[in-house]
Amino acid sequence: MFSTTAMTDKKNVWDGGAEPYGASYGKLMMWFFLLSDAFSFSALLLAYAALRFSAPSWPVPDDVFAAIPFVHGNHFPLVFVGIMTFILIASSVTMVLAVEAGHRGAKSEVVKWMFWTIIGGIAFLSCQAWEWTHLHHDGAWWGSNPFLNADGTPGMVNFTNLFFTITGFHGFHVFSGLILNIIVLFMTMAGVFDRRGTYETIEKVGLYWHFVDLVWVFVFTFFYLI
Amino acid sequence: MSHETASFQKKDIMRVFWVLTAITAVEFIIALAIPTSFMSKDIKNFLYIALTILKAFYIVAYFMHLKFEKINLIYSILLPLVFIIGVIAALMNESNYWSIVR
Repeated sequence: MFSTTAMTDKKNVWDGGAEPYGASYGKLMMWFFLLSDAFSFSALLLAYAALRFSAPSWPVPDDVFAAIPFVHGNHFPLVFVGIMTFILIASSVTMVLAVEAGHRGAKSEVVKWMFWTIIGGIAFLSCQAWEWTHLHHDGAWWGSNPFLNADGTPGMVNFTNLFFTITGFHGFHVFSGLILNIIVLFMTMAGVFDRRGTYETIEKVGLYWHFVDLVWVFVFTFFYLI
Repeated sequence: MSHETASFQKKDIMRVFWVLTAITAVEFIIALAIPTSFMSKDIKNFLYIALTILKAFYIVAYFMHLKFEKINLIYSILLPLVFIIGVIAALMNESNYWSIVR
C-alpha cells in the first residue's frame, strides 16, 4: 500500500538537490569508488588463488617471509608482517579518532590524530620498502624466484610476480592515501574546514585510508597465512 | 552535523581496535602455535579466511561507519563484497581441478 507521501518522497530524493541514502555526494562517490577499487584488488587476489592452487607446487610462505630488519638469523616467520599489520590497524584507529574529533569541530585534535595517521602510513611504507629490498637482495623480482617450492623444485615464478604486483599495487594505494592525508592535514591547519563548517573531507579521506587497511588485511591473509 | 555518531565515542573506537588485535592474535596463534597434526592445513585456512572476513566486517562497519548509514547503502556495499568473497572461495576450489586437467 503506497501512501502518496511515500511516493512524493521517493521522487524528491532521486530528483537532485537531496541526499539519497542520507549521504552527501562526495561521501557516496567515495564509497562507490572504493567498491570499484575492491573489484580491482579482488581480481588480483582471484588470479593469485587460481594460479596458486592449480600449480603443481608453490613456495612455502613461512620459509620466504621469515626475516626481521636489524635481527640476524633468518627464521622468524610472520613476525615482521605482524608488525606491519599492527602499524596499519593502529593508523586506522588514529584516523577514526581524527574523524571523531572532526565531528566535534576540535581542530587541534584533528591535526594531532591526522599527524599520527601519517606517521603510521610512513612507517608501513618503510617496512614494505625494507621487505621488498630484502627479498630483492635474495634474488626475487618480477620474473625471478630464487626460493624453492614445497616439493623442492625451482620456485614458481608466478609467486614473486604476484607478490610484487599485489603488494606493489597496495603500496601505491598507501602512498596515494598518504599524500591525501598530508594535503588534508595542511588544509585542516589552514582552517579550511572551520570556514566550511564541516570536517566531512576528513571522513572521506578516512574512508579511503580504512579501505587501504582492509585490503592489507586480505593480502596478509592470502599471501602470508594460507 | 552530529547525527547518530553521538553514540560512537572514543571508547567504542578503542574497543574495536582491541577486538581487531585479538582476532589477529588468534590468527597468529593458529599459524605458529598449533601443530598441523592437531589441526589440518585445510581447517587452518578456513579459519584464517573466516577470521579475516570477521575483521573486514568490523573495519567496514565501525571504522568506515557503514553500520550507522542507511540500510540501502549498507546493502549496496555489502552484497557485491559477499559475491566477491564467494568467487574467491570458488576459484580456490576450482583451481585444484585445473592442475589435474593440465
